[in-house]
Amino acid sequence: MELLRIATAGSVDDGKSTLIGRLLFDSKAIYDDVLDSAERHSRKQSSEYFNLALLTDGLRAEREQGITIDVAYRYFATPKRKFILADTPGHVQYTRNMVTGASTADVALVIVDARHGVVEQSRRHAVIAALLGIRHVVVCINKMDLVGYSEEVFRPIQSDLHALLQELEIESHHFIPISALQGDNVVEHSEHMPWYDEGPLLPYLEQLVLPDLTHDKPFRFPVQYVIRPLSNEFHDYRGYAGTIASGTVKVGQEIAVMPSGATTIVTAIESPQGEVSSASEKEAVTIRIADNLDISRGAMLSSATERPRTDNTIDATICWMGEKTSLKPGAMLRIKHTTHTARVMVNSLQCKIDINQISVTGSCEELRLNEIGQVTLRSSEPLVYDDYAGSRGTGSFILIDETTNDTVAAGMIGRPKFLG
Amino acid sequence: MNSPDLTSEALLTSSQLRALEAESIHIIREVVAEFERPGLLFSGGKDSIVMLHLAVKALRPAKLPFPIIHVDTGHNFPEAIEYRDRTVQNLRIDLVIGSVPDALESGRVQASTLPGASRNRLQTPVLLDTIRDGKFDAVFGGARRDEERARAKERVYSFRDEFGQWDPKNQRPELWNIYNGFTNTGQHIRVFPLSNWTELDIWQYILEEGIELPSIYFAHEREVFERDGMLMAYSEFLKPENGEKVFTEKVRFRTVGDMTITGAVKSDATTLEQVIAEIAVARVSERGASRADDRTAESAMEDRKLEGYF
Repeated sequence: MELLRIATAGSVDDGKSTLIGRLLFDSKAIYDDVLDSAERHSRKQSSEYFNLALLTDGLRAEREQGITIDVAYRYFATPKRKFILADTPGHVQYTRNMVTGASTADVALVIVDARHGVVEQSRRHAVIAALLGIRHVVVCINKMDLVGYSEEVFRPIQSDLHALLQELEIESHHFIPISALQGDNVVEHSEHMPWYDEGPLLPYLEQLVLPDLTHDKPFRFPVQYVIRPLSNEFHDYRGYAGTIASGTVKVGQEIAVMPSGATTIVTAIESPQGEVSSASEKEAVTIRIADNLDISRGAMLSSATERPRTDNTIDATICWMGEKTSLKPGAMLRIKHTTHTARVMVNSLQCKIDINQISVTGSCEELRLNEIGQVTLRSSEPLVYDDYAGSRGTGSFILIDETTNDTVAAGMIGRPKFLG
Repeated sequence: MNSPDLTSEALLTSSQLRALEAESIHIIREVVAEFERPGLLFSGGKDSIVMLHLAVKALRPAKLPFPIIHVDTGHNFPEAIEYRDRTVQNLRIDLVIGSVPDALESGRVQASTLPGASRNRLQTPVLLDTIRDGKFDAVFGGARRDEERARAKERVYSFRDEFGQWDPKNQRPELWNIYNGFTNTGQHIRVFPLSNWTELDIWQYILEEGIELPSIYFAHEREVFERDGMLMAYSEFLKPENGEKVFTEKVRFRTVGDMTITGAVKSDATTLEQVIAEIAVARVSERGASRADDRTAESAMEDRKLEGYF
């Protein structure tokens, strides 16, 4: 089983931290001393029950105020699989954090309070998952203990969300009624909900096979670093180091060097385990080629037959993350896209996306913190890219403020399909 | 190589370990490509050993183009220093030492006379001086997010201001595998390539790769005494007080730090397979079992990190 990267999302008080605490606790990922310290703190707060959320709230400020700052990463493993969980809080900075957490995730775990059903936040989570190209969504309808474990409560929420996910073109999804607090359907099957026979959450995640999106993708390899040992032993050695963004590469294959477009042949592929005859997506390798071409960091090696696009002007969806500034047409920023850094000018800001309505709100003057919009950017150097929908690795970028060096936006090249 | 016989515990498959390895190599290459002067914090502990191993893999067949940095409290396990010096020689790399004893002698830092005080806190100013004097703009650290609660919130690229401080409420969002390493003069980035590894993953990788470790990681007979429920190694730096009794016990260490604050655990594990088997069923965290420095307050690590600790 591959390592599973999950992003969790939930509104304030819908029990997300409790659910994660439960997963860590029941999968024995929590050591006794950590448990003791959480218990001590529960007593300090004079909670009636042991507060599972305290297992996940990391910083003192959070424990005191009972809030969660920022994105936290959790690790747990069962005999079947290792999980990396990006846990994002459900308050003000919400969109920014959810986008961050979702950017590295394969699966989104959306938590809905059974008493409230689909609220604005739930819609927001689903839309961000769709925007970020999450492959699979698992919806936990939580606090079933507070609605009498009733199937009549569960089914309408399920069908509302099902319709929403359809609209967002997320075809791969699953629904589970749970009580994180009581442990129903988290690790163990719930005796309280005999009407639900699709199994609890953890076993579901353990056996989950994601839709294979890497199949048949063209080869893309942003060059990170040129290895030149300059030693007697490796006098003429020149290797291009990087991580394969998509597709597969084989020794003997003809490839193109972008943006120049020159072609050459792969003569060797070196993996961390030594020389190999082929390598695929996400592998960190060093590639050597037949010709002596001018290739440096920021160039891209690609399939010779299916090449990426090369242009100075791109359309993209961006989520603005700057706290002190907003995005306005004419702004000048740094872009970091694959291993390439350049300057960009915001040519135009076409529209804001209302993620609650899943619609476009027309033209707008600026994008503020946590707002999502469609922009056209003009770059100082040609960008070599694909649409984000087809290739996360070559379709994503960040924008950096040139004065503060802050990361102020996450960008996805192209336009999400569900917006039409 | 034989795998340990574990039926119920969470060991990674080889492909899962390779995914973590690829991610770490990507991070290391990114830093080498973008920074002027990186350095790698090396304590002789297993995490820094794995990190160095990954760095060598990331850049081979080229020699490592940056030095390793050791912040030396003067209270070292001789086995760790021997390992460090041998590694430097084998890899033909540079070693930069930030010395706490030298800083004490020059008056740069003052030793605390309070009971229970160690040189742990003194490492922070010495580390910051070493970073400043060496003009390092990126420093690799072997911290993992699973180690401690404050670390779960740390970025892979952790921005530090002119004072070396970490501001948890004002961290740069980190998206995909695109890292923002822009800094102004005097600021630097701490880089944690092992962020997504757990203690068990590290051990499993050591086994799979056949990485050599200092001998103190394996069970050996040692003179120890019990303090606050932990077994402390008897040494010239730390001696028993108030009737604490010295006895010989078969122990190993789960972490390698300053001798005066690193506790041992009772163990019969003399091979990697046996160590992994013990860790897989351990019920006390690595830091809880063996770091006296994290026990002083509930937020001890958070406080030290804010000041610039690794």
